[in-house]
Amino acid sequence: MKKFMLVALLCLSFPLSIQVQAKEAEYATGTPEIHNRVMGVSEELRCLVCQGQSLGDSNSEFAVDMRAQIQEMMEGGMSDRQVVEFMVERYGDYVRYRPPFKASTLLLWFGPFILLAVGVAVLYTNVLRRGKQADEAPLTEEQQRHAAALLKQDSGENKA
Amino acid sequence: MIPEIGQFALIIALCLAIVQGIFPILGAQLNIRPWMAMARPVAQGQFIFIAISFACLMYSFVTDDFSVLYAASHSNSLLPVQYKVAGVWGGHEGSLLLWAMMLGFWTFLVSIFSKNLPDEMVARVIGVLGLIAVGFLLFLLLTSNPFERLLPAAPDGRDLNPLLQDFGLIIHPPMLYMGYVGFSVAFAFAIAALMSGRLDAAWARWSRPWTIVAWSFLAGGIGLGSWWAYYELGWGGWWFWDPVENASLMPWLVGTALIHSLAVTEKRGAFKRWTVLLAIIAFSLSLLGTFLVRSGVITSVHAFATDPERGTFILAFLVVVVVGSLLLYAWRAPKIGQGGKFELMSKETMLLVNNVLLTVIAAAVLLGTIYPIIIEGLASVGVIEATNKVSVGAPYFNAIFVPLLVPLVFLVGLGPLARWKKAEMPDMLRQLRWAFIASAIVAVVVPLLMGGWSWLAALGMVLATWIVTTAAYSIRLRFKATNAALPWGHRLNAIPRSFYGMHLAHIGVAVGIIGGTLVSNYMSDKDVRMDIGDTVEVGGYTFRFDGVIETKGPNYTANRGMIRVLQDGHEVMTLEPEKRVYTVQTMPMTEAAIDTGVWRDLYVSLGEPVSGGAWSVRVYHKPFVSWLWAGVILMALGGITAMSDKRYRLMARKEGKAKNEAGMAVPKIAAEKA
Amino acid sequence: MKLKFLLPLLIFVAIAGVLWKGLSLDPSAVPSPLVGKPAPQFELSQLHQADQTINRDSNLGKVWLLNVWASWCVSCRQEHPLFMQLARMGEVPIYGLNYKDERQDAIKWLADFGNPYVISAHDYSGRVGVDYGVYGVPETYVIDKLGVIRHKHTGPVSAQALQDTILPLVRELKKG
Repeated sequence: MKKFMLVALLCLSFPLSIQVQAKEAEYATGTPEIHNRVMGVSEELRCLVCQGQSLGDSNSEFAVDMRAQIQEMMEGGMSDRQVVEFMVERYGDYVRYRPPFKASTLLLWFGPFILLAVGVAVLYTNVLRRGKQADEAPLTEEQQRHAAALLKQDSGENKA
Repeated sequence: MIPEIGQFALIIALCLAIVQGIFPILGAQLNIRPWMAMARPVAQGQFIFIAISFACLMYSFVTDDFSVLYAASHSNSLLPVQYKVAGVWGGHEGSLLLWAMMLGFWTFLVSIFSKNLPDEMVARVIGVLGLIAVGFLLFLLLTSNPFERLLPAAPDGRDLNPLLQDFGLIIHPPMLYMGYVGFSVAFAFAIAALMSGRLDAAWARWSRPWTIVAWSFLAGGIGLGSWWAYYELGWGGWWFWDPVENASLMPWLVGTALIHSLAVTEKRGAFKRWTVLLAIIAFSLSLLGTFLVRSGVITSVHAFATDPERGTFILAFLVVVVVGSLLLYAWRAPKIGQGGKFELMSKETMLLVNNVLLTVIAAAVLLGTIYPIIIEGLASVGVIEATNKVSVGAPYFNAIFVPLLVPLVFLVGLGPLARWKKAEMPDMLRQLRWAFIASAIVAVVVPLLMGGWSWLAALGMVLATWIVTTAAYSIRLRFKATNAALPWGHRLNAIPRSFYGMHLAHIGVAVGIIGGTLVSNYMSDKDVRMDIGDTVEVGGYTFRFDGVIETKGPNYTANRGMIRVLQDGHEVMTLEPEKRVYTVQTMPMTEAAIDTGVWRDLYVSLGEPVSGGAWSVRVYHKPFVSWLWAGVILMALGGITAMSDKRYRLMARKEGKAKNEAGMAVPKIAAEKA
Repeated sequence: MKLKFLLPLLIFVAIAGVLWKGLSLDPSAVPSPLVGKPAPQFELSQLHQADQTINRDSNLGKVWLLNVWASWCVSCRQEHPLFMQLARMGEVPIYGLNYKDERQDAIKWLADFGNPYVISAHDYSGRVGVDYGVYGVPETYVIDKLGVIRHKHTGPVSAQALQDTILPLVRELKKG
C-alpha cells in the first residue's frame, strides 16, 4: 500500500521536480505488483549460497538470478504457491526458509509449546505442593526477643 | 624469540591452572588451610602468564612477524595498526587465547573482590575456575596453538578478512567474551555451593553482582554484534537467527532467568535448586556456543575455520564439564532443601513463570539451531529420507519467539508490583488499569501514525507501553512510600539502586521492542538501477545518484557513490556508499552509507555497475532502528546500576545503611505489615 | 525422587549425542530431491557447435556423467585434472553443462585446460541448471541408462569421491 502511495505521489510531484531530465529510477524487477510478489516469495525461500539469508535479502548473484527467474515465472502466470513448489521440487525442503510442517518437523514446531506446557504443569504442582507444606513455625518468644534486639541494634547504629 | 616466550608462558599458565584447580578444592574439602590459601596467589599468577602470552601474540602482529603462522594467516603489513591489534582475536586460535585471558581476568577479579567471603568458598570458586582454565589451555596448546611457526616465514600475510577490518572487531569480541566468560564465575559459585552443601541467601548475595555484570557485558556484546552486522553487511539486517548469534543469545536468556532467580534466593531463600541449575545451564550454553562456532557442525558467516578434531576436543570438554556438574547437582541438590513457601499468586510464582518462559525460549532456540543436525542424523541412519533436511531460519524463530514474549512482558509489568509470598491479584490489576488503557491507546495510535495498520506493530507497542507505564507506576508507588518529611532528592536516594536498575533494564527492553517492531514493520526500501541524475524517493526523502568516483584507502581501492539526499527540495546531506576491493584478498566489500537519527536511519548501499555508467543502488528508510541499540544500552546500564546497589558495596555498607534506613525505616515496616 | 534431579543430565546426554553425530556430517550439503527421479528434459545448443543442439534423450541407453562447470569457477580447476584422466580412461562418457558462461570464455577455458567432455551444453541463462537443482559450481550427476539421476555430487569431485562412490556406482549401473 505504502509503495503505491509513494509512486502516486511521485507522479504528482514530477512537474514540480527540479530535475526535468532525470527520471524516477526503475525497479530492478518489473512492475510494482510483480515486484511485491517476487519479494514476497523470495522471503519464503532460502538463498542457498549465502549463510542464513532469504532470497529476498541476499544480493548475491545466485539470489539475483533466482529472483529474475521467479519474476519470469510469475509474469508467465505461475502463482506464488506454484513458484515455491517448483523450487522445492528441485532443491528439496531445504530451500524453504520457513521449515515445512510435516512429520519430520513436528518436534520442531510443537516442541517449544510442549516444553512450555510441561514447564507450567511442573511449576503448578510444585507451587501447590509448597502450599500444603506445614506453615513455617512462628517465631518462639525467645526468637522474637532476639529479633527485636537485632533490629534495635541496627537503628542504634544509625544514631552512632 | 617472542612467540616462544608466548608459548612458554602458556605452558606455565597451564601448570598454574592445574595447581589452581586441584589444591584449593581439595583443601576446602579436607580443611587444609595452606592449600586453600594458595587459591588467590596462584590464580593471579596464572592471569599474569596468560597476559604475557597474549602480549607476545599481539607483539607478533604489530611487528609483522609472519614467521608466526597465525599472524601470517590473519594479518598483513598494509593493515592499519588498530586492526593488527584487533586481528589478534580475528581468528580461531587468537580468539581462544582471548577467551583464556578473559577467564584469567575474571578469576583475578574474584581473587581481589572476595575479602568478605569465607575462605572455603573462595577456594572452591577459584578452584573451579582453574579447572575450566585447564580445559581451555589444554585445548589451546594441543589443537590450536597461536604460536605455531611458519618456516620459512611468509613474505607477507594473507590479510585480515575485510569484513573484520572494522571498528566492530575492536569492541565486539572483547565485550562478548567478557559476558560469556563471566558466566563461568556464576557457575563456579554454583559448583562451590553444591560442593559445600551450603546454599543460602548469603551465597546468592555473593553470587549476584558477578552474574549481573557478566549478563550486562553479554547484553552489550550481543548488541554490539547486532549493530556491527547492521552497518557492515550492507543490507541493514540486525538479527538473523544465525547459529552463532543464537549461541550468544541462549546463555543470555538463561542468564536473565538466573539473575531473576538469584533475586528470589537472595531475598526469600527460595528457588535454591533452580538457581544452581540455571547457573550450570547458563555456563554450559556458553561452552556450547564455543563448540558450535568452532566445530563445523553448523554453517554460519561467523564460523571460524572449522575442524572436526577441534570440535571433538571441545565436545569432550563440554561433556566433562556439564556431566560433572549435573552429576554433582543430582547428588547434592536433594540435600539443599526447598526453601520458602509461597502462594500460587505471588511474586515468587511470577518470577518462576518468568524463568520457565525464558528457559523455554532458550530451549526453542537450541532446538531450532540443532534441528538440521537432528534430521540429518536420523537420515544417515535411515529413519527418514535425506531430502527431509530442512533449514531453520528467521521465520521459525520469529514464530516461536513472539508468542512467548507476550506473557513474559506482561509479567515484567506485574512482577515488580506483586508482593512476596502472597500477591493480591485483583487489587494489582485494578491499580494497573491505567497502564492497560494507555497501552491499548498507544497500540492503536502509533501504527496509524507510522503510516499503516499492522497487528505486529500494535502488539509491539502494547508490550512496550505496558512496560513503561507499569514501571512509572511502580516507581511512583515506591517514592510515595519514602519518608515524606525529607526533600525529594533524599527521597529518591533512599530508594535502592537495585530498584532503579531493575526498571531501567526493563525500560531498555521496552525501547528495544519499539525499535525492533517499528523498523521491521515500517521499513521501506527500493532496489533500483540509477543512471547519473536519477532520483528515487523513499520514506519522504529523495535520493539523487550523482555518479561514482574512484578512491583509495590504506589497503583497498574503492568506488565511492555520491548520493545527494533531498527533503522538500532542499539538499540535506550527501551519502557516500562504497564498493571496496581489498588489495590482498581481492574480495569485493560493500560499505553502506548510513545517516543515523533518533527517529530513523537512512541507509544506502551500492550494488553492481550496470551498463552506461549506471549502478544498481539499494536505498532504505529504517524508522526507529537506533532504538534497538539504545534499548540494549539501557539494559546493560540497568544491570550495572543494580549491581552498584549499596548492599554489594560492602565497605560502605554500614554507613550507607545508616543514611538510607533513616529515610526508610517507618514506612518499610508499615508496608510489611500491610 | 532421585530421577527428577537426573533429568537435566539425561537431556544433556541426548543433546551431546546429536552434536557428536553432527561432527561427522556436512551442514552445507543440500541433499537433492532429484536423486532417483528422471533427469529433467533439456534442449540446449552445443558449446563448440552453436547451431547444433543436445538434449537429454540423446543419452538414453548409456550411463553417463553430467558435470556442471564454468570458466569463472575457481574450484572447477581443482577437479578438472581428474576429469581429464577419467575421460582418457574411457570408462564413462562425461558431458558438460556449461553454466552461465560466455561461449567464448568457455571455449577458451577448455582449450587452455583440456576438454574431457564429449559435448558441452551451453546453458547461458542457467535455467537448465535450476531444473537440475544446481546452486553452486561445480556439481556432478551420475545418470543411468534409463535417464534417471542416481547420484549428485556437489563441489569439486575428489579422487576419493571418485574411487569410493562415483566409479563403483557407474560400474554397477553399467551391468544392470
